[in-house]
Amino acid sequence: MTVSTRPTPRDPASAGLLRRGAAVIGVALREAKGPFSLGIGGAIVYAGMTVAASIVLGWATDEVLYPLVEAGEIDASLLWLALAAIVGVALFKAAGVVGRRLGAYIAQFQLQALYRRRVTRRYLELPLSWHRRHPTGELLSNANADVESAFFVAAPLPMAIGATLLVVITAGLLVITDAFLAAIGFSVGPLLGFANWYYQRRMRYAATVAQQARADVAEVAHESFDGALVVKTMGREDEETARFRTTTEDLRDKMIVVGRLRAFFDPVIEALPNVGILLVLLVGAYRVRDGVLTPGDLVTFAYLFRLVALPIRVFGWLLGELPRAVVGWDRVKRVLSAEGRMEHGERATSGNGAAEVRSEGVAFYHPSSAREDLSGPAAAAEVLSEDHRRGIDAVSFDVPPGRTVALVGATGSGKSTIAALLVRLFDPDDGRIRLDGLDLRDLEREELSRNAVIVFQEAFLFDDTVRGNIALGGDFTDTEVEDAARLARAHGFISELSEGYDTMVGERGATLSGGQRQRIALARALIRRPRLLVLDDATSAVDPSVESEILRGLADADLPSTVVLVAYRQGSIALADEVLFLRDGEVAARGTHEELLESMPTYRDLVTAYERRDGTPAGEGQP
Amino acid sequence: MSPVPTAPAEQADQHPIEGAWRTVVRGVSLSPELRIGLPGTLVLALFATAGRAIVPVAIQQTLDNGITSDGVDVGLVAQVVLLAGLAVLLTALASGWMNYRLAAVVETALSNLRVRAFRHIHDLSMLHQAAQQRGSLVSRVTSDIDEISRFMQWGGLNLITATGQLTVATLVMFIYSWQLTLVVLATFIPFVFAARWFQRNLTRAYLVVRENIGRLLGVVAEAVVGAPVVRAYGVEERTQARLDAAIEDHRRSAVRAGTFSSLFSGTGEVFGAFAAAGALGAGIWLGIGGEVTPGTVVAFLFLITLFVDPVLIAAEVINEGQNAVAGWRRVLDVLDIPPDVADPGEDGEDLPDGPIGVEFEGVAFRYPRPGESAATASGPLVLEGLSLTIAPQTRVAVVGETGSGKTTFAKLLTRLMDPVEGEVRLADVPLHRVRFASLRRRVVMVPQDGALFDGSIADNVRMGRSDLSDEDLDLAFLELGLADWVDELPDHLDTRAGERGSGLSAGERQLVALARAYLANPDLLVLDEATSAVDPATEVRLQRALTGLTRGRTTISIAHRLSTAEAADEVLVFDQGELVQRGTHRQLVAQGGVYGALHASWVRGTSGEAAQTRTSVEQG
Repeated sequence: MTVSTRPTPRDPASAGLLRRGAAVIGVALREAKGPFSLGIGGAIVYAGMTVAASIVLGWATDEVLYPLVEAGEIDASLLWLALAAIVGVALFKAAGVVGRRLGAYIAQFQLQALYRRRVTRRYLELPLSWHRRHPTGELLSNANADVESAFFVAAPLPMAIGATLLVVITAGLLVITDAFLAAIGFSVGPLLGFANWYYQRRMRYAATVAQQARADVAEVAHESFDGALVVKTMGREDEETARFRTTTEDLRDKMIVVGRLRAFFDPVIEALPNVGILLVLLVGAYRVRDGVLTPGDLVTFAYLFRLVALPIRVFGWLLGELPRAVVGWDRVKRVLSAEGRMEHGERATSGNGAAEVRSEGVAFYHPSSAREDLSGPAAAAEVLSEDHRRGIDAVSFDVPPGRTVALVGATGSGKSTIAALLVRLFDPDDGRIRLDGLDLRDLEREELSRNAVIVFQEAFLFDDTVRGNIALGGDFTDTEVEDAARLARAHGFISELSEGYDTMVGERGATLSGGQRQRIALARALIRRPRLLVLDDATSAVDPSVESEILRGLADADLPSTVVLVAYRQGSIALADEVLFLRDGEVAARGTHEELLESMPTYRDLVTAYERRDGTPAGEGQP
Repeated sequence: MSPVPTAPAEQADQHPIEGAWRTVVRGVSLSPELRIGLPGTLVLALFATAGRAIVPVAIQQTLDNGITSDGVDVGLVAQVVLLAGLAVLLTALASGWMNYRLAAVVETALSNLRVRAFRHIHDLSMLHQAAQQRGSLVSRVTSDIDEISRFMQWGGLNLITATGQLTVATLVMFIYSWQLTLVVLATFIPFVFAARWFQRNLTRAYLVVRENIGRLLGVVAEAVVGAPVVRAYGVEERTQARLDAAIEDHRRSAVRAGTFSSLFSGTGEVFGAFAAAGALGAGIWLGIGGEVTPGTVVAFLFLITLFVDPVLIAAEVINEGQNAVAGWRRVLDVLDIPPDVADPGEDGEDLPDGPIGVEFEGVAFRYPRPGESAATASGPLVLEGLSLTIAPQTRVAVVGETGSGKTTFAKLLTRLMDPVEGEVRLADVPLHRVRFASLRRRVVMVPQDGALFDGSIADNVRMGRSDLSDEDLDLAFLELGLADWVDELPDHLDTRAGERGSGLSAGERQLVALARAYLANPDLLVLDEATSAVDPATEVRLQRALTGLTRGRTTISIAHRLSTAEAADEVLVFDQGELVQRGTHRQLVAQGGVYGALHASWVRGTSGEAAQTRTSVEQG
């Protein structure tokens, strides 16, 4: 039910599939030469030894078993030779199997790791505007499932190559022994290959459809349990169960389709080689009668047939994997080839204290289509995103060093956009932001993050300790960490955690409350003693009284910082030296909080809304 | 946020692990559908596996009787081949039919199990829903059951046919020659030990792989969701190092598991050869003694290939089976939790018509510690000896610091939980006697985050009353003073709320929740105010809507704001699980005490130095 479109299962037989599949295989072979050499070498040994084993068995039947039994006497040396041959061939064959499978595994996982590194590296390089266009779930599955399915072909690849060889050798041998019988036997080969290919194709489709149904079930369950409170308080259990039952039964039906396919094709694929062997026996009996064949040849024939059956199935697997591999590979490539990377200059700032910030005619327009799909350009769904519906235009202002400026405005007025531009999360479409007179684009990468730091409303914590989340790998002493936490009013609750600063916060800081997470995120910024500190509604989940304590503390501390804050609460706004009032992406007014309250009715309405119980127009007053 | 694949839930098993067999018995008794046609399916399975011995037998017959030193009895061979062909056909039919029956039965049973578990989870009290993480509850009805399904349809089926194949091969061998069979079995004994060793190591190796996948996904999710933080703090290298480490850990563990698996197949080949050599050697010796025919020996060589595969399959499948059983056990365990807040159903009463008053008498509550049920809860008391009466149609604000017991109060009031002591009465009816249908219709709670579902805003509002027309909805939004907001939305009431309401702002989500409550038309309204500040424009609307919503209803608000408390008819002040103060805002401010302190901190926080200005603005 999400807006994101799912890849529709395409017809795997679509034109170019084989060519594109071959391209993926080519990449795989190139990027994992070593392991594939092992795997293919193993497969060749395996194929050779499989043929050898059948020859040995045939020979042992003709030259050892029958003669010795008929002679009624054991020829020890001959017998030992036969036994040694069987075991010896098997040892080589085993080595071949191990090499083949191991090579395939190593290749598969090496390729996965390689491309996961590449994809995630791109994630870290691509601009945030790109990130914003792609839903989290999609990027997650790109690094995970897409990479996996792209290189799933690696698994059957050595086997398939070995199988080709095996089929060729076998065919050659059989033709040499008895071309007629070989032709009879191999008549089931193409049938088997076709049945397999068709089966895999149908199955892939059915499995994809079932997979989608499974995702729907998960989605409904997720949503329903998430809203458990509403379901309960509204007494919606029956309706929710009915909704879940519908999706579940859909999944059931699709799984039964999968089962039915299996029920039809599995026996066919299993029976075909047997039919081949029986044919060989029948025709072979005539050939033995006619003196063309020996009974031993017939045994070899039958044995080989059994062994060829499996490799032929491998082709089916390989062909079956191809569509998935091609889709996965296309999606991976789309990330790897995505355009864009933020270039940094080489300048460094000279100042030490608080920075001077200037915005000169800055404009930033949000792209109209908010979402892109990795499957292709066709699917782009617009998703409303709070505060990003409009851009900003010709915004100019300057903040003298050491001042605290509040950005105030209604939703969509561009506050968060300006906040992000001030630390160069994006580049403006027009105009420039200067820090101490230097264009942010001319600053070195490290200089930028050393000088200007932003704290977001959505406090993001890593699955790490409290200390690790504050330091983020930076070189800070314990005292520095604690001081920063104190300043962010976080030291108190951190000390009460089971392991203090060494407590693991869990995925996304799940063990902490929203306000606690925000305070840790704030400490993370403060410890860096930035020359420009941007707070984008960074204390929204903190109690109002604690929030003003924090802001007061910041003002009293000896931070070398110019502060720009986006705030809603009047108490926080009032602490700023100055207020920039934004409306529709433009600076509508500027002045102290008191001045604006006096002079601008729209400003007054906006900032006092939070304290008022009833809407002013209604004038309900106190009951 | 889109659903993130849940990390392996294996570690969730806390209680002593019961035997796999017991779990299966429990599971089957809860899903009797699984037994439907089971004997028939088993008979078909027998036929299907028996068919695997057809070809070796046909070869033996042909070699021994059809092709002799006297020449070739073509007629006999044709007969054998015809019979065998018929048998192959029957086998295929049996195998297909079995597959089909199994799929239908298993999927139907599991689908019902899914629905039952889903419903049960909703019937559990908030206590359990909160105690267990949401994500893990989702996996009870998704991945856990998927795992059972996968095992039953693929791995389990393979295991059944593998076992059958082994049995049939052994049986046929015995019929041919018990001596040769013993030789083959003897050579296989060490292989069985080797298989067990491999199986143990494989299980362990796969477990590590699964854990590493979970960790890998977590780290990738961090890099994606936390991209702005990574960028803003310039910690790309650190993040990449974490990613690389997780990627490499996964690769290494996967290759390790692959190594065991590869070596294991190699071992199977070697043992197969030893068995073949043994059979040949012993066969010649026995053949000279006239005990067996050469054809029998050849048949043995074929039968041995039927012997190796099942052992290889079994060892790999057992790992899968263990996961499936563990998943099944987790589902059954959830189903075993009794719903501690039960609907009195037929025996209960409906709330009388008209306004609803509230009465608490000597109410106490404690939360259970992990692993305890609500009945045996031994956590500290969060509410103690609470007695109070709230008159119908009053607006009450409940205030107090985090942990004061005010949220617990609200949950007891709406019967999301039952008190451990004392009684709650609504309109003089003991709460536990009230039928859920009546309770949920007359008492509505608006939770903090609004909790929206994907779907249109209209769908979300209709949740309370599915019989409402579009006109009813429009009217409701108009009455709540939200018509202008609806007009601003791109598709008006058809605008999608997005996954968990993500298309709307926090404040807008609350607006929808208020409209939903309004249309549900309750007589008692319990509001849990949002703590975080919302966009001021929305705030105005929110307050306007609240005014419309609360008019004429008994309203109890868990207040986080001064303004809410100021406007209430009465304020209840909670502190450390007790009701410490009660009165109007003015009275309480005059009294000081806990409320005085809260009030002072509020004034500081919301208006700061501007407090005076605010007052003057209000007067203006």
